[in-house]
Amino acid sequence: MKTFSKIYVALIILFLYAPVAVMVFFSFNSGGSVWIFESFSFDWYKGILFDTAMMEGLKHTIIIAILSASAATVLGTAAAVGILALRRKIFRSFATTVTNIPMMNADIVTGVSLMLLFVFFGRMIGLSESLGFITVLIAHITFNLPYVILSVIPKLNQTDKNLHEAALDLGCTPVQAFFKVVIPSIKTGIFTGFIMSFTLSLDDFVISYFTCGHYQTLPVVIYNMTKKTVKPDVYALSTLVFVVIFVLLILYNTVQTKSEQRRTLNA
Amino acid sequence: MNKKSFGSRLVAAPYLVWASIFVIVPLVMMAYFAFTDSSGVFTLSNITQIGKYKKAFLVSILYAVAATAITLLISYPMAYFMTKMKVSSQRMVMIIVMLPMWMNFLIRTYSWISILANTGIINTFLKSIGLKPLHLINTPGAVILGMVYDFIPYMILPIYSVMSKIDNSLLEAAADLGSNAFSRLRRVIIPLSMPGVISGITMVFVPSVSTFYISQKLGGNKNWLIGDAIEYLFGAGPEYYNVASAISLILMILILLCLAVMSRFSGDEEGGVIV
Amino acid sequence: MLKRFCSLILCMALICALFSGCGYKSRDLKLEGEYTKDFAGSQLNVYNWGEYISDGSYDMMDVNREFERVTGIHVNYTTFESNETMYSQLKSGGVSYDIIIPSDYMIERLINEDMLEKIDVSKLHNYGYIYDNYKNLFYDKNNEYSVPYNVGMVGIIYNPTMIDEPKHSWKSLWDEKYRGMSLNFSNPRDGFMTAQMILGQDLNTTNKADWDAAANLLKKGKDVLQSYVMDEIYGKMETGEAAIGPYYAGDYLTMLENNEDLEFFYPEEGTNIFVDAVCVPKSVKHKSEAMLYIDFLLEPEVALHNAEYICYASPHRAVVENPEYTYYKNEILYPDPEDMPPVQYYHDIDPEIRAYYENLWIDLKLY
Repeated sequence: MKTFSKIYVALIILFLYAPVAVMVFFSFNSGGSVWIFESFSFDWYKGILFDTAMMEGLKHTIIIAILSASAATVLGTAAAVGILALRRKIFRSFATTVTNIPMMNADIVTGVSLMLLFVFFGRMIGLSESLGFITVLIAHITFNLPYVILSVIPKLNQTDKNLHEAALDLGCTPVQAFFKVVIPSIKTGIFTGFIMSFTLSLDDFVISYFTCGHYQTLPVVIYNMTKKTVKPDVYALSTLVFVVIFVLLILYNTVQTKSEQRRTLNA
Repeated sequence: MNKKSFGSRLVAAPYLVWASIFVIVPLVMMAYFAFTDSSGVFTLSNITQIGKYKKAFLVSILYAVAATAITLLISYPMAYFMTKMKVSSQRMVMIIVMLPMWMNFLIRTYSWISILANTGIINTFLKSIGLKPLHLINTPGAVILGMVYDFIPYMILPIYSVMSKIDNSLLEAAADLGSNAFSRLRRVIIPLSMPGVISGITMVFVPSVSTFYISQKLGGNKNWLIGDAIEYLFGAGPEYYNVASAISLILMILILLCLAVMSRFSGDEEGGVIV
Repeated sequence: MLKRFCSLILCMALICALFSGCGYKSRDLKLEGEYTKDFAGSQLNVYNWGEYISDGSYDMMDVNREFERVTGIHVNYTTFESNETMYSQLKSGGVSYDIIIPSDYMIERLINEDMLEKIDVSKLHNYGYIYDNYKNLFYDKNNEYSVPYNVGMVGIIYNPTMIDEPKHSWKSLWDEKYRGMSLNFSNPRDGFMTAQMILGQDLNTTNKADWDAAANLLKKGKDVLQSYVMDEIYGKMETGEAAIGPYYAGDYLTMLENNEDLEFFYPEEGTNIFVDAVCVPKSVKHKSEAMLYIDFLLEPEVALHNAEYICYASPHRAVVENPEYTYYKNEILYPDPEDMPPVQYYHDIDPEIRAYYENLWIDLKLY
């Protein structure tokens, strides 16, 4: 059973990483194609340093992903707690409906309808330019929120409600009880929500496309290469980002595991 | 007591205000577009035109159902095995599952073309060991594979998240009471992980049914899914926003219906998604 | 956990920020126009096709960076993927651009809808480099709104290692011999063009029956095709996944770099010719800066780098007549007049007809 589960997990990871491997492979191509491999070279890695449009795009993507995921996590966790506390059925069904809508809409619909809204408001308050950093941030927070809420709610349902009351009985203020009891028990849900938001935000291009104006994110920059072709420098950039994250993660995980071991030893 | 629950109700307020402005208002605008022509006069013609998209709707839903089912079948054991790992490995695997999604999805889809093509990696390999090449690209299977690939983390994570919370003592109790591994799975683990499953189904089904990029690149772009049609119309210029809005509206209603049916089958009202 | 995770991501962002912007070596440019530093610190919003300007890769010039260096004006460079999305963005009014580079028929529409600002070409020092046959074209009869940037024609690319030389006709895309190996355009205007040429139609016909006939022909060919493509054609032709397909002539030269076997021809029925030109939209905020930018694009050295990078034909005298230019006298980009296929431009089509053929295109793509 143990070996079977290991093989299974390994197979899934293989499936997930097959295209990534192709990407890494072609980023070392000396030719200008992402389809035919000529010979091994680092040329495109040097090349990405020159490509201002792409680097700008990457910067925008990361900034938006961090900000929108953080905002959505805070707002969404609060919302999840609040929604479960709602007693009136009508409020509750309103809350769940508005949560479900962005997930049920095609991205393109969310994108275009938000664009219409922003442009409409922009005209109303007399802006000559209504699309940009703020609008793409708002759009990302909006589509991230349901994912946070939907990751937190099941966790809240699983937590023992008596714990919270016990904390209150033992003299905690409601706010203290919330941070000391509720948050720790839904931590994984919050974390999942954050990661999902961050991921969705990095990956999104449709909604960004319609709401970003001059503030183009990397997926938008890449998508706009439709008439011409994608060059290996895009692959090289993605590989670089991938390697940086991967190394940082492994470092982080070793540090974390060590400190956990130390804690167990001390205990 | 009352004061406390009033306080916790209040924390939902910022979200509700936010959602009203950025979810409800745009939706109203979309509905307005669906029922007007390009000069803003009320009309039903956008809705009545939709008949010809019937097949595209149907095929999209079929593909999405298939993709969701396959994703669920693959993800459930994965999530289960993850909960059985060391805590530090669990964190690691969770990140590993999400990480490919941090690479641009366009590039990932492109890479799948390199893998599945007739001259691609799989077929080159098959030919080199003397087997007959398979026709993989430009088939419904390739499109469904693309969907499964792209959305699988959104199935694995919610299921894992809920499963990791299941109290081990419950399982031990069940074992003590004489239930075997299979009945523990059926009677304890599956029912308790249902909220995660429902969240996962929603998060995979919805983007699958409205996807457009995957179908164009992996499916040969000869026959559109409904997402392709919507994307095309919105891209064709402002004069097509009305028809595109009408199709989107219908798509949304269909998705709602599908999800309602699904949650009926699962019979769990307090699930992750409360339709 | 969450906090540490955030700091991890911030770390990554920092590393990226550190790297961006370094590495490019500026060049010694011989400039002919005059570029004042009067507007230093100002901004310029440029909206262009993706991958449609020399960006510093392949050891070539980074045009925007050089412009910034020479004038001190910061360029906000953004990209679009089709004329129609560019038009939607512009029409929505959510963004303002100072420079846009649409194609001929879209310029015609923008002028008709009063969305373009006039350009005084007499103020452009380098305007004389543009060949006269790209002036006074149908979309801008008095050269008041646009300055040509690139020119191109559509042709057919095939792989002679997979198939024998096909008939030099659009009909080859319908040929049963190439079942499962042929491609066609996935955008309606170019897609219809392939059928319209076979039928000998005017590409801008307002006769609905013509469009019906073209659509029927396309429907007949659908079964033979492998797929409808845009950028994927690069990969499909380069790797031998497909054997024959139509695309823009300049892009064939790019594919050739990765697969030497590929061949190219202009079909005998004739083909589409297009001009992409630099324009200034009405919403312009930095008109003087925009004029400097247009002049800068016309600098012989800048235009040469752009022509080499983009691979499309140039309307610029100093590029075409420069013997050092990689595609100097290239017979595909610059065919001799006697080898020139009959060509037609796309015009802006009456909205009713446009809606009509868009509808036919949708029918073609639905099951």
